[in-house]
Amino acid sequence: MIFLLRLLVKNAFRHKLRSGLTILSVTIAILAFGMLRTVVDAFYVGVERASANRLVTRNAVSMIFPLPLSYKEKVRQIPGVTRVASANWFGGIYIDEKNFFPNFAIDAKEYLSLYPDYVFSPDQLAAFLRDRKAAVVGRKLIERFGWRIGDTITLRGTIYPGNWELVLRGVYRGLDENVDERLFFFHWDYLNETMRKTAPRRADQVGVYVVGIERADQAADIAAAIDGTFRNSMAETLTETEKSFNLSFVSMADTIIAVVRLVSLAVIIIIVAVAANTMSMTTRERFGEYAVLKTLGFGGWRIACLIFGESFVITLAGGLVGILLTFPAADLFRNLVGAYFPKFVVTRETLLLDGLAALLMGGLAAIVPTWRAIKIRIADGLRRIG
Amino acid sequence: MKIPLSYSIRNLWTRRLTTVLTASGMALVVFVFATILMLAQGLQKTLVATGSTDNVIVIRKGAGAEVQSAVDRQQASVVETEPGILTDEGGRKLVAKELLVLITLEKRATGKRSNVPVRGVGAGSLSLRPQVRLLDGRLPRPGSLEIIAGRNVASAFRGGGLGETLHFGMVNWTVVGIFDGGATGFSSEIWGDVDQLMQAFRRTVYSSVIFRLADPSRFEEVQRRIETNPRLTVEAERETTYYLKQSEALATFLRILGISLTLVFSLGAIIGAMITMYAAVANRTTEIGTLRALGFPRTSILRAFLCEALFLGLIGGLAGLFFASFMQVFTISTMNFQTFSELAFSFTLTPGIALSGLLFSLVMGFVGGLLPAVSAARKGIVDALRAG
Repeated sequence: MIFLLRLLVKNAFRHKLRSGLTILSVTIAILAFGMLRTVVDAFYVGVERASANRLVTRNAVSMIFPLPLSYKEKVRQIPGVTRVASANWFGGIYIDEKNFFPNFAIDAKEYLSLYPDYVFSPDQLAAFLRDRKAAVVGRKLIERFGWRIGDTITLRGTIYPGNWELVLRGVYRGLDENVDERLFFFHWDYLNETMRKTAPRRADQVGVYVVGIERADQAADIAAAIDGTFRNSMAETLTETEKSFNLSFVSMADTIIAVVRLVSLAVIIIIVAVAANTMSMTTRERFGEYAVLKTLGFGGWRIACLIFGESFVITLAGGLVGILLTFPAADLFRNLVGAYFPKFVVTRETLLLDGLAALLMGGLAAIVPTWRAIKIRIADGLRRIG
Repeated sequence: MKIPLSYSIRNLWTRRLTTVLTASGMALVVFVFATILMLAQGLQKTLVATGSTDNVIVIRKGAGAEVQSAVDRQQASVVETEPGILTDEGGRKLVAKELLVLITLEKRATGKRSNVPVRGVGAGSLSLRPQVRLLDGRLPRPGSLEIIAGRNVASAFRGGGLGETLHFGMVNWTVVGIFDGGATGFSSEIWGDVDQLMQAFRRTVYSSVIFRLADPSRFEEVQRRIETNPRLTVEAERETTYYLKQSEALATFLRILGISLTLVFSLGAIIGAMITMYAAVANRTTEIGTLRALGFPRTSILRAFLCEALFLGLIGGLAGLFFASFMQVFTISTMNFQTFSELAFSFTLTPGIALSGLLFSLVMGFVGGLLPAVSAARKGIVDALRAG
């Protein structure tokens, strides 16, 4: 067995340049495959992070229609509901559209108690709650723009017209690495008061209610109870768990995700072609040797073993290097575009799939050359030169 | 003295399996490259075709998109008095005050929810968009709870087909017609009477005012007049510019994604070409020696091997484009995150994309073949002849 392994490795590196190049291309493929999978995973971070103890109630027609403020008390009275927080997607732009980050007007006290995921220092939190024009942001966001506590940040409203000046009072960090640290929050009350003055018809309207519930297993019943309360009213509601609410956003981009997935398969196929080419050239050169082996009485399966084994040695070596390189590459990627993705971490599943892909490449690449090597007649093999 | 081109081509033919494998690697790279560019192109083409250069769209200042915009009745009437609007034979101005909202509908195939734009249209809306025509059924009667659905909505969403009903805004709406907007965003919309829709959604404001210019070349003048009018807080834009902006973010995202991915992939394919060409050189060492002995200079050898690599690239490129061109029959539907609504579009192959795909594959062949060709050209005559 050890002998066979040594033979395989020796065989694999008989043609150093060719094997080296093939290993390099497998490395690239595994690296690209791993990175693409990690990008796809990044889309789903918000979904995994969602708590089963939170429901989201929104207007059944679509997200752009608000719900009346009066619903808040009605939802709170439903048995099993612990807290209700209002939140509006503000859609403000900081200086330029390129600087996109999500910004929300929230009912601060309730909202932040529903989300223990955002960790504040107590004095910053108190300062935020005291000041009606205050805002808090995530750690990544404050780093991205180099803001300091006390700075005035001006957001240009797209949904709510005008320039909104907000004072930065605090910064949060995530409870763990899955928490989105690039969000911007300010007081819903401030938004509402301003709307009362400038556009009274648009005041007292809430984008979504985040509903905290006592026990996760009641989620379906409570959701049905909330929607039942407002059936046949001016604004019917749609209540779902936070997870499926977040998932509905991801599924909007599912075509793009499907494209990325397909493309990550394409890279594997490209490299299978390259590896198969290497193996077919290698075996073509060794037809004579295989004929000798056959003459000595080695069976077809033994030759198949040699070719498959060599193919695996090459692709697994490439796969290993590729997996090792995935980590620094992910770090680099995080530094470059970390602002757009809440999280960018290589999962164990990705590594497992990387390994499987390398094995698959080795197997696929060896099929045709093996078939040709076994099929060749001894006399033809011996007669063949180089 | 030159080595004939057929020498390079016939060498590729002799080692068919290797040629096919190497070329198919490159073909796949070109395929991915072309497909993603075609996607971005299709998106942009669809949205740009939605607009017309002669039409002007007026939305609230800073809103950026129709969905976020609000133009109240008074301001809309002021815009209507703009003298630069085209008047038709009947003496009516070609102008429409429209509403655009999003509703959530379930997809027929998966039951997943997605946002669909509903456009409240007025009398002038149809004449402003000559590309929209009725496929089936009839137009909604003004003032009724009837709607017409775009071709893509009718086929993709539950309740969107002819004779079906949709429930939103506390009323049931009957689909009385299916319309086709060609390859434009309108095919992904639902249209209904603007006043009925505003009442149903309890909205008192329009989303936009759209009008045809009497003289398309005098747009800047009209734009200045509207935007400097103290009674208005709106911005006016040519429809084409407006819709181009709507597609910019997603198209740029797709292009960057496509180009950076294919650059990485192309490294793999280049290495594949390099392996093949090195093998070609190694197998033919004696042949190279013979050619040199016959008097062919080093540059000819170099050129012959480079030609072979370029042919390899060309085959790969052509095969990749051949398969990519079949993608044009597919229509895909995705969320445009700038308008937050579903948009259907198809892959579009342009001569530009085809050309850059071919160029890309030739570059891959060239880069992959350069080092092996140089090593072939540098072989000494005696050593090469002895190697066999």
